[in-house]
Amino acid sequence: MFDALSDRLDRIASKLKSRGRLSEADLEEALKEIRTALLEADVELGVVRSFLDGVRARLGGVELSKAITPGQQVIKAVHEELIRILGGESLKITYASRPPTVILLAGLQGAGKTTTAAKLARWFKAQGRNPLLVAADLQRPAAVEQLRVLGDQAGVSVFSEPTDPVKVAAAGLEEARRLGRDVMIVDTAGRLAIDSALMDEVRNVSGAVRPDYTFLVIDAMTGQDAVATASAFHEALALDGVILTKLDGDARGGAALSVKEVVGRPIAFASVGEKLDDLELFHPDRMADRILGMGDMLSLIEQAEKTMDAEVVAKSASKMLSGGFDLEDFVAQLGQIRKMGSLGGLMRMMPGMSKEMRQAADSVDDREIDRIEGIVNSMTPAERRDPSLIDGNRRRRIAAGAGRSIQDINQLLNQFRQMQKMMKQMGGGGMPGMSGKGPKGRLGMARQMMKGGADLDELKAAMGGPNPGAGLPAELTAFKSQGAAPAPRGGSKNKKKKGGRVTPPKGR
Amino acid sequence: MLAIILIGIVLLALVGTVVGVRRKGLRRPDSPPPTVSPPLSEVETPPSVAGETSAQPRTAPAPELDGTALVEEAPPNYKERLGRSRGLFASLRSRVGSGRVDAAALEDLEAALLGADVGVSTTDHVLEIIRTKAAAGELDDASDLLGALRTELLAILAEGPDGPIDRRLDYAASPGRVPVWLFVGVNGVGKTTTIGKLSARESGEGRTVLLAAGDTFRAAAADQLAMWAERTGAEVVRGAEGGDPSSVVFDAIQRAGARGADLVLADTAGRLHTKVNLVEELKKVRRVADREPGEVIEVLLVLDGTTGQNAVAQAREFSEAVGATGVVLTKLDGTARGGVVVAIQRELGLPVKLVGLGEGAGDLVDFDPESFVDALLEP
Repeated sequence: MFDALSDRLDRIASKLKSRGRLSEADLEEALKEIRTALLEADVELGVVRSFLDGVRARLGGVELSKAITPGQQVIKAVHEELIRILGGESLKITYASRPPTVILLAGLQGAGKTTTAAKLARWFKAQGRNPLLVAADLQRPAAVEQLRVLGDQAGVSVFSEPTDPVKVAAAGLEEARRLGRDVMIVDTAGRLAIDSALMDEVRNVSGAVRPDYTFLVIDAMTGQDAVATASAFHEALALDGVILTKLDGDARGGAALSVKEVVGRPIAFASVGEKLDDLELFHPDRMADRILGMGDMLSLIEQAEKTMDAEVVAKSASKMLSGGFDLEDFVAQLGQIRKMGSLGGLMRMMPGMSKEMRQAADSVDDREIDRIEGIVNSMTPAERRDPSLIDGNRRRRIAAGAGRSIQDINQLLNQFRQMQKMMKQMGGGGMPGMSGKGPKGRLGMARQMMKGGADLDELKAAMGGPNPGAGLPAELTAFKSQGAAPAPRGGSKNKKKKGGRVTPPKGR
Repeated sequence: MLAIILIGIVLLALVGTVVGVRRKGLRRPDSPPPTVSPPLSEVETPPSVAGETSAQPRTAPAPELDGTALVEEAPPNYKERLGRSRGLFASLRSRVGSGRVDAAALEDLEAALLGADVGVSTTDHVLEIIRTKAAAGELDDASDLLGALRTELLAILAEGPDGPIDRRLDYAASPGRVPVWLFVGVNGVGKTTTIGKLSARESGEGRTVLLAAGDTFRAAAADQLAMWAERTGAEVVRGAEGGDPSSVVFDAIQRAGARGADLVLADTAGRLHTKVNLVEELKKVRRVADREPGEVIEVLLVLDGTTGQNAVAQAREFSEAVGATGVVLTKLDGTARGGVVVAIQRELGLPVKLVGLGEGAGDLVDFDPESFVDALLEP
């Protein structure tokens, strides 16, 4: 597994001398770590080089901040530079004066064009438009059928005919006009950029319908080849934008940076799942975090939404924060952890988790959870509701019932009490919010937790945790000291952001 | 240990406060009860299709129903097909004849390996070995560098954790059992197309092949496989869309047993390895396929040749979940070099067994390490 950039820089941060300015030597060392991180994230080598030049220019001779360590300063600069490149000019869909507005999708085999076409149709429909899907992939067996089924699911009709892609597209355009549709989305077959015959074909398809928007659909897990592919498609078709797919995986997605650099057109949409409504506007800041391996809080939320029983968790959560969290709730939560899959995976997505913690989390297995459940199940309901009842005799009984030692029982009860205390403290600090600008906003939640951060450290030390005294990575305590948490706005994922968004159309 | 669990619970609580009470039905629909599907030997054309054209011939000739005709064509030439137009090794190769091996040459070497998706870790490993040789005066020229690189890459590809790598595909199940090859991988890598090609190849070599349409999620996936079945003269067993993939695979195996088929090729839905519930579903498919009379003798992980380092994660997770026995590396006819499989073999000991070189029925070859490395090192 790739180390998060933050871990890497932690390691050299102590070596970076924090006096005056960032020396050239220090900067180069930091940039080397970043280079590795970006390459592991599949950013193309040439793009990495020019990117690092940009960071170097930003940081060269810059005064070192007193509030954060040099390592953190470097990360900040890198993060900002990434957002700048990934964001920039946003794509506004302006609708053609003579309908339909034509959208053409192109890309390699397997990128997700057909699914994206249907998702786009759904998206436009939700914008109040009346789209037509045109199935111009006549190469892949059952591709037309696939689009028909998806179109059906989206409530959008699909046009095709068994001729050839160019004729289908042209006929589709006529059909769209005849039916009075205001948007037409053309799916094409996957093709290699080096296949000159097929590149000619897609050029001809484009010529036949004169698209208002041509999007390259590219898989987020694409490697170093992304640049070659994107340039070739851009040269052939003059792309208006890029759609990145399969972002619901754990690919770091460096291809996004490569493609953006090389094509220079906005990344318009991000596909984040297999369902038809899993298409969203592209968020440059989320992508920047992801590329740097800094964890993606929002993906964590989304994954949690998908797997957890939200009601169970929400109920327990409010109880936790009000201090009413008991062992019953605890066991219910354990069940949720099981459902979410590996605890390591959960930890990995939280920013600011040190490598030691993540490794420890990775090694937790279901049997641990079984053991804890066994202990709690040996308690009476009254004991679970109020663990303070549990005296020596009860402990002996519980230990016997669960087949564990009294020490195990003691340990569980002590730590549970600590946890309750900590939760109550956090609850006292107000509901954690999600919004706010940039990484700080997203980390606002983590920061909220870190406000009781001293307690987290104490807790770990008290538990004789995996690394007593390891504490939290420097970054997070630094973020803490940078200022108060942004005012939390409960549960809102809407962020007013500049750049890198497709602005929903104003009515025409 | 307990500490981590408690911290995890706290994190979950925090997450939970945001998730809220709202329920988003984001799981896959619960599978309807499995329907026993009558086996089909011809394509079932759904009524709503407005007529699809027979595929325009691309690089492969128009497919014929008789499987044997397909594989009489000369198998694609590896070298001809492998995309090389990115000039990865051009810079290093231009130094050949200079009689010098310097830092600049090594930098070129590093850049080329990275560009081939070999990845930082394996590139560093290989570079270190070559640097040592250079320091020992064993390398006089860039041509020696390339030679050493070739040797090293082949060495990595030759060795597994338990000795020399065996890339042979297994055809023989235990007596009385039906041999099953299970195809797994993330979305869009080419599982179904690979099965189609294998169906052509194996039928051409005289084996009776039965295809199991185990992708019950993707729209028209079973149709796609059925078309390949028709093209290659194989039988296909399919179920209801949205149905339970395990039961389709089970039915297929039963049918294969009854008919005395030589091989079952079982397709599954593409799934990201990070989706726990989908990986669990896949584990179940494997368990069911391994029940008598079936026996899973190959679990082939299909990897897209254009994928970057995420392929290592895919290989790791799928291996852990269902025990992959080999890799099919697809789409190597493009500009990507697929160097990530070197890292995969080095780190996981998982060998590539087959390579896909196009969308045509004949575009499948056995993995040959020398051809692969030579193509990787092309300018």
